[in-house]
Amino acid sequence: MDAVALGRLQFAITTVYHFFFVPLTLGLSVLVALMETLYVRSGKEVYLRMTKFWGKLFLINFAMGVVTGIVQEFQFGMNWSEYSRFVGDIFGAPLAIEALMAFFLESTFLGVWVFGWDKLSKGTHAAVMWLVAIGTNVSALWILIANSFMQEPVGYVLQNGRAEMTNFFNVILNPNIMVMFPHTVLAGFATAAFFVMGVSAYHIIRKNEVDLFKRSFQIAAVMALGASILVAVNGHAQAQHMVATQPMKMAAAEALWETESPASFSLLTIGDLSQRSEVFSIRLPYVLCLIAYNHLDCEVQGIYDLQAQFEKQFGPGNFIPPVAVIYWSFRVMVGIGFLMIAMAFWALFMVMGDLLETRKRALRFFVWMIPIPYLANTSGWILTEVGRFPWVVYGLMQLEAGISNTVPAGQVLTTLILYTLVYGALMAATIYLFVKFIKAGPAAVSLGSDPSADGMPSLVAAHAGAQD
Amino acid sequence: MTLNILWFILIAVLYIGFFVLEGFDFGVGILLPFLSKDKDPEKQDRKRRVMINTIGPHWDGNEVWLLTAGGATFAAFPEWYATLFSGFYLALFLLLLVLIGRGVAFEFRSKDLNPRWRSFWDWAIFVGSLVPPLLLGVAFANLVRGVPIDADMNYVGGFFNLLNPYALLAGISTVITFTLYGATFITLKTDGELREKAHSVTGKLWIVTVVVLVALLIATYFATDALAKLGVNPGVIPIVGVAATLIAGYFIRKRQEGWAFLLTAIGIAFALISFFLILFPRVMISSLNPEYSLTIINAASTPYTLTVMTIVALIFVPIVLAYQAWSYWVFRKRLTTESRLEY
Repeated sequence: MDAVALGRLQFAITTVYHFFFVPLTLGLSVLVALMETLYVRSGKEVYLRMTKFWGKLFLINFAMGVVTGIVQEFQFGMNWSEYSRFVGDIFGAPLAIEALMAFFLESTFLGVWVFGWDKLSKGTHAAVMWLVAIGTNVSALWILIANSFMQEPVGYVLQNGRAEMTNFFNVILNPNIMVMFPHTVLAGFATAAFFVMGVSAYHIIRKNEVDLFKRSFQIAAVMALGASILVAVNGHAQAQHMVATQPMKMAAAEALWETESPASFSLLTIGDLSQRSEVFSIRLPYVLCLIAYNHLDCEVQGIYDLQAQFEKQFGPGNFIPPVAVIYWSFRVMVGIGFLMIAMAFWALFMVMGDLLETRKRALRFFVWMIPIPYLANTSGWILTEVGRFPWVVYGLMQLEAGISNTVPAGQVLTTLILYTLVYGALMAATIYLFVKFIKAGPAAVSLGSDPSADGMPSLVAAHAGAQD
Repeated sequence: MTLNILWFILIAVLYIGFFVLEGFDFGVGILLPFLSKDKDPEKQDRKRRVMINTIGPHWDGNEVWLLTAGGATFAAFPEWYATLFSGFYLALFLLLLVLIGRGVAFEFRSKDLNPRWRSFWDWAIFVGSLVPPLLLGVAFANLVRGVPIDADMNYVGGFFNLLNPYALLAGISTVITFTLYGATFITLKTDGELREKAHSVTGKLWIVTVVVLVALLIATYFATDALAKLGVNPGVIPIVGVAATLIAGYFIRKRQEGWAFLLTAIGIAFALISFFLILFPRVMISSLNPEYSLTIINAASTPYTLTVMTIVALIFVPIVLAYQAWSYWVFRKRLTTESRLEY
């Protein structure tokens, strides 16, 4: 593999890994803040214990998100220094603003939240958690503004051999961010909601802390339904935006080799996507027109036509992304999206009918559902990033031009291997802690874990914390 | 032009903020295995937890100063960011790796009772606190000493180019200074046995720190163009830096821990200001040809971007300073082995 391929693989591994933790952070921060607000408002002990239980899981997850995020910020300069030189005038700004506005906010106030149980009033303490939640979500906004410039460069001029910013407001109000930010954040909310429902289901099945977990499940079910429906609605807008701005990505997502009018939607294709030798395929006539343009009569450009068009515009080269990867990641994402909507309706139905304690078999599905949204999140990013091939900045800079030309491929390979090993080990430790604290339940959890009691931090400590 | 100077100053401020804040929590991490020594493993663990908890609420917020310095460098001087980060590739990778281990360790170590689990993460904290100041000292020394940079702003040296005696001296000085700084922090934030032990460490380390700082100052005259830039008399700033550390010794003896801590912080800040004074107006000095050096002009973003970023910084830096100061005020009390601990 050459440096470009290794650099891409390293970016893919570190970014996908980082984004295992981000969505849960985005959603769970809001849920924990909500639970603590309920506690402040009602004064009910159960909400405090809820806050502490979910807060503990939030912290384990947050730590992983933070440390893997540092790599992201340094990686542009380390592996993609030519890219950094080219876009730094524009791309650096949102990254710096993200650090100033969001990283400081979330990390400073999370420190206060964790250690401040007996030092702040109840109301202030809950407000601090809201600041953490705002910080994490504002952070997502700025990094997506940066990514939007790579998807759809706006507010710039090509000058002095680089892209220079001409209008900051065009950059931050990039049309792409309007569809991308809600999609990402709502996906995070949905991920967290399914996480909370799954863990709650695990305990309700075992008749453990049923009251606490029923309330958790309820809150999460509402969030799951709202978020998963909005993600889909928003995703539809995003697909239309994609057709307009990156037609090749849509053509690849559909494995649409020839321009089609009216365009059909491929539900399933078995065969070799790169050779267009379909063994078996189900296509829904007109449906791609609906997806792309909201009406039945349309023409959607195919891969061959787009390739010819790009060659005319940018010179010879391969402008076709790996079709099979894009095609399947699109289907996995959308398929899981619909599954989540269905499950969320089911969850709300059980909540409304007060069926949670009687439908054990149904609840088991929610436990299994915990990892599924992660698959959708990862697929979504693969579609977005790999689908931009061969561009690192769409239409302006191709991948080969962006790589650091002073870093030998051997060093990229070395760091790639070490990242993978360390990340793998950390994942094992994280899952170990997650499983341990989830199984132990709220009784064993207090944020003020006090080992002087007994092995596991005890219930007594949780109550001691509550009285301050 | 003035904006370029302003951004040079702002990035200097961010690095100073990082050294002054994270400096003591690195120091605490370095001291973790030594100050906590106890025959009784349970007591030892308790002491470690107290030490970690003194920095518990703050270390993450402190580390963001480094991230922000990196982001600001990217935004204001993209060529600097690109050359530095791709040039010091393996050193930065090592920095990232140990910082990852350290960050996770704080959160994970006390969440399991297994002594091997805890000792593993304690090692991660120790290494993650020892290696970054070493690397940062080495990196900063190389910035002023000069590194091979060609006409296209590319770093053409390797990893071992960075490990020259001057840079190693700077790295070791940073480690020693941070260790002293961490020890003064522990005397300020704990009570009882830990406070006493830390006090005796500060008493011994203080004189070592003064010696290495003076040595570093002298070495800087030989290794860089400081003499041409600052003259024989280094001026008031580096002298204030060394003097502050010297006076810290007086307060350590008097057991006025707040003053000792403050003066050590001033020593670190002024050492870093001296460094940026030598560097200015360059940001990375080429050892191949002075013409190839990266400066605040040829490495900078456009005046438009610098203007936007200036407005953002003027709004948010004071807000950040205010709430970080508040967070220190919230946790102003001393911790003892009887305190309720979170980490």
